[in-house]
Amino acid sequence: MLHKAWVGMAVALALAGCGKQGGETKAPAAGAQITGAGATFPAPLYAKWAEASKAATGLTLNYQAIGSGGGIKQIEAVTVDFGASDKPLKPDELEKNGLIQFPTVMGGVVPVANLPGVAPGALKLTGPVLADIYLGKVKKWTDPEIAGLNAGAKLPNLPITVVHRSDGSGTSFLFTSYLATVAPQWAKVGASDSIAWPTGLGGKGNDGVAAFVKQTPGAIGYVEYAYAKQNSMTYALLKNATGAFVAPTAASFAAAAAGADWSKAPGFYLLLLNQPGADAWPITGATFILMHRQQRDAAKGKAVLGFFDWAYKSGDPQALALDYVPLPDSVKGLVRQSWTGIVGPDGKPVYSPTP
Amino acid sequence: MNAMKDTVTESPQAGAPEAKARGRTAKGTVFDRTFEALCFGAATLLLTALGGLIVSLAIGGWPAFKAFGFHFFISAEWDPVQEVYGASGAIVGTLVTAALALLFALPFAFGIAIFLVELCPVRLRRPIGTAVELLAGIPSIVYGMWGLFVFAPWFAKHVQLPAMMAAPPGSIWETLTAGVPNGANILSASLILAIMILPFIAATMRELLFTIPPAVRESAYGLGSTTFEVIRKVSVPYVRSGAVGAIMLGLGRALGETMAVTFIIGNAHGFPTSIFASGATIASTIANEFAEATGELHTASLIALGLVLFIITFAVLALARLLIGRQAHA
Amino acid sequence: MSAGKPRLSRRLSEFGFLAFCWAATGVALIALVAILWSLFRQGIGGLNADVFTKSTPAPGSQGGLLNAILGSVMMCAVAMAGATAVGVLAGTWLSEFAKDGRYGKVVRFLNDVLLSAPSILIGLFVYELMVRPMRGFSGYAGAMALALLAIPVIVRTTEDVLRLQPVSLREASVALGAPVWKTTIAVIWKAAQGGMLTGALLAFARISGETAPLLFTSLNNQFLSLNLAKPTANLPVVIFQFALSAYDDWRRLAWAGAMLIAMAVLAVTIIARLTTREPKRS
Repeated sequence: MLHKAWVGMAVALALAGCGKQGGETKAPAAGAQITGAGATFPAPLYAKWAEASKAATGLTLNYQAIGSGGGIKQIEAVTVDFGASDKPLKPDELEKNGLIQFPTVMGGVVPVANLPGVAPGALKLTGPVLADIYLGKVKKWTDPEIAGLNAGAKLPNLPITVVHRSDGSGTSFLFTSYLATVAPQWAKVGASDSIAWPTGLGGKGNDGVAAFVKQTPGAIGYVEYAYAKQNSMTYALLKNATGAFVAPTAASFAAAAAGADWSKAPGFYLLLLNQPGADAWPITGATFILMHRQQRDAAKGKAVLGFFDWAYKSGDPQALALDYVPLPDSVKGLVRQSWTGIVGPDGKPVYSPTP
Repeated sequence: MNAMKDTVTESPQAGAPEAKARGRTAKGTVFDRTFEALCFGAATLLLTALGGLIVSLAIGGWPAFKAFGFHFFISAEWDPVQEVYGASGAIVGTLVTAALALLFALPFAFGIAIFLVELCPVRLRRPIGTAVELLAGIPSIVYGMWGLFVFAPWFAKHVQLPAMMAAPPGSIWETLTAGVPNGANILSASLILAIMILPFIAATMRELLFTIPPAVRESAYGLGSTTFEVIRKVSVPYVRSGAVGAIMLGLGRALGETMAVTFIIGNAHGFPTSIFASGATIASTIANEFAEATGELHTASLIALGLVLFIITFAVLALARLLIGRQAHA
Repeated sequence: MSAGKPRLSRRLSEFGFLAFCWAATGVALIALVAILWSLFRQGIGGLNADVFTKSTPAPGSQGGLLNAILGSVMMCAVAMAGATAVGVLAGTWLSEFAKDGRYGKVVRFLNDVLLSAPSILIGLFVYELMVRPMRGFSGYAGAMALALLAIPVIVRTTEDVLRLQPVSLREASVALGAPVWKTTIAVIWKAAQGGMLTGALLAFARISGETAPLLFTSLNNQFLSLNLAKPTANLPVVIFQFALSAYDDWRRLAWAGAMLIAMAVLAVTIIARLTTREPKRS
């Protein structure tokens, strides 16, 4: 019997070995193969773009979501052709590692709640009130701070169960950065993808947060916009910089981006928080790509930039279909200009975008 | 077993007629030595792998130890923004969940093993045995998801709420059962863990009980013992050393399990103050934060946490050895 | 000597004990049924012919799990081959040759420690060992990480089962003139094959569902690739990514994949048990 087992394993090994040759011949003859890793937020969209670009240009892009930190680590270790991060690196960090950074697409963070009898979009909140809730200062939904904003709505007399992310994530980074921007009382807690939350329950991933919110009446949490929309969650309206209460929609995210001045941001380091504009959603952010300024393999670098150029030109419909927000054309132009900084071993730019 | 080896290796020293009679043994000695060398090589490979693992953890975690020193082990403060990290919250969570999981799983695992060996109708033995092993084959992420979406709400409604309602206000029982009634806490994580490690212990125990020679057990029955007494006084002592191994298998899984725990433990750093409080284990902390950790100190602290888990495992296993005493051999 | 029934206290403890054993098995089976029920209810909806013929899709597109299934099968096969070889030999060494010496004690102890290693740390170790120097993720690194997880299980169970084989078995073989290696392989291993198989199955069950170690070693692959020297698609990572996403079609595929893993372990277990001759037991 053992004999049979050994034979079986030998066969399996042989098959695996044969697979190596088989894999080579199965690769598309026309296109290059590139690998990217990093942020989870844009992963579904990059997967969609990869599928479409393979059909259109023959390029095989394999992107895997291992987290923004993972993306940064892998591009620094040169185990992937590009990294992706929801949290932009500061210009000095980019300089230190010889990286160049540019945004691809945008999204937002939406507060969601479980309030029996309250419809989506009926609850109004502001940044400072959210901060007080997440600090544990506001403990019940009937608190005057909340009631003052929601004169008409009948809020249930429930204690507030705060839900946040247990895993490090760009969503947490955006949310806490927003709280730090608009609420001075949040300064002592700080902003990062992973913080020491003063109170509340930690759910793993958007899924975990959504599950806790759904299962607990009186709970409040925050999730990515795509998640809230795809799962029809009860979102809240937020007060933006101009004082209007806005709902999270693709239009309000685009409005937030439209007002921002990207040309003044070195390395495109810009968080679209609390941007001016009557329709702007206050918790918006872009997701970024990281590449080495000095490419080891000019062909690979060209393939990567070719992919993103294609995505800028033809990828918007897919982005909108998956509830992401495309960059304004002006920003795309700025990004293309920055690509001249990516050079090959011979010192020449690896890619010249076709107009 | 040792006697056998000595017999074989002593053979070349025998006289000529004996050597001729054992002609096969001379060639056999070469094969014997090769075989033993192969086995020894495999064991040493194992050792080097573990050694390499510990070394790489130590190197990776060094910045954290340098920055915090001994304080790392006793502080419960875990603040990535201020870059202050302390491991004790995760350590307590790991120990508590593993201990509770073992506590719940062991009696059931033994019960199942004994059922399969003594009580089960012979025809049902294979199906039920396979069913128990199937529990081991369910991917850990499914345990996590099932735990979060199915078990937690059930637990909140049928266990947590009644316990909280029944607690007299102001008593110690009330502090012990305080918490948000949504089922995501240390106790429910321990229960899920218990279900996960159950099949490993049960399957191994069953194999061990099967190796007992029938004559040993039958003689006990022949003296008029009940099943309970045979198990207690004959079977379990016979397989004691192997039983320790089975428990180690389960404990190892409980200490290191990541996915299942992460979904349902609530993930709050700091000391848990009640059995219904959220907590964190070392494995869940690493799983949650490693992918996104960008700061060098953050990454180093997570790797240092991993090293701490190794130290804990060392300590727990050494303690178990001490308590059980030297292993008896068949 | 009176041949009456035993004392009441003994009968009661006997009854309680037997009832407990029945109850324990019942509880385990209930838990199994509950989990499998959830798994099948969610997974069946996502199961169709596409799952086995197409590769992982982007959200909203048609697709299946072909690349993930093939990748997992390849990596598990390579990992189990290596792990069984090393594990059985090391377990045999501990049981037959170590003679309770210091070295044997150390190896045994450290094996138990490796058993409890969180899988994510093993993944990181293999990352430092293989992925960084090779400047790329690969299926071989993934298989290596899985093997490192499987080996301690196999070593432990092999040693325990071999140890419990009666000395008389070995003595009989030696008395017939068999050398040590032949005794071990043809007699002891053969007698213990049921237990060793259990060890291998437990190890396979463990590694078939592991996500964390594969994340940093084999990564994952959106497209079909049979090349183990490049990032290799695998079921656990796909399930992990898809299950926690916002998209219904991805989530259905995730549950279908989870169901596939559970069924694969069941199938392997049943086939292995059917092909093993069970030694005569009481």
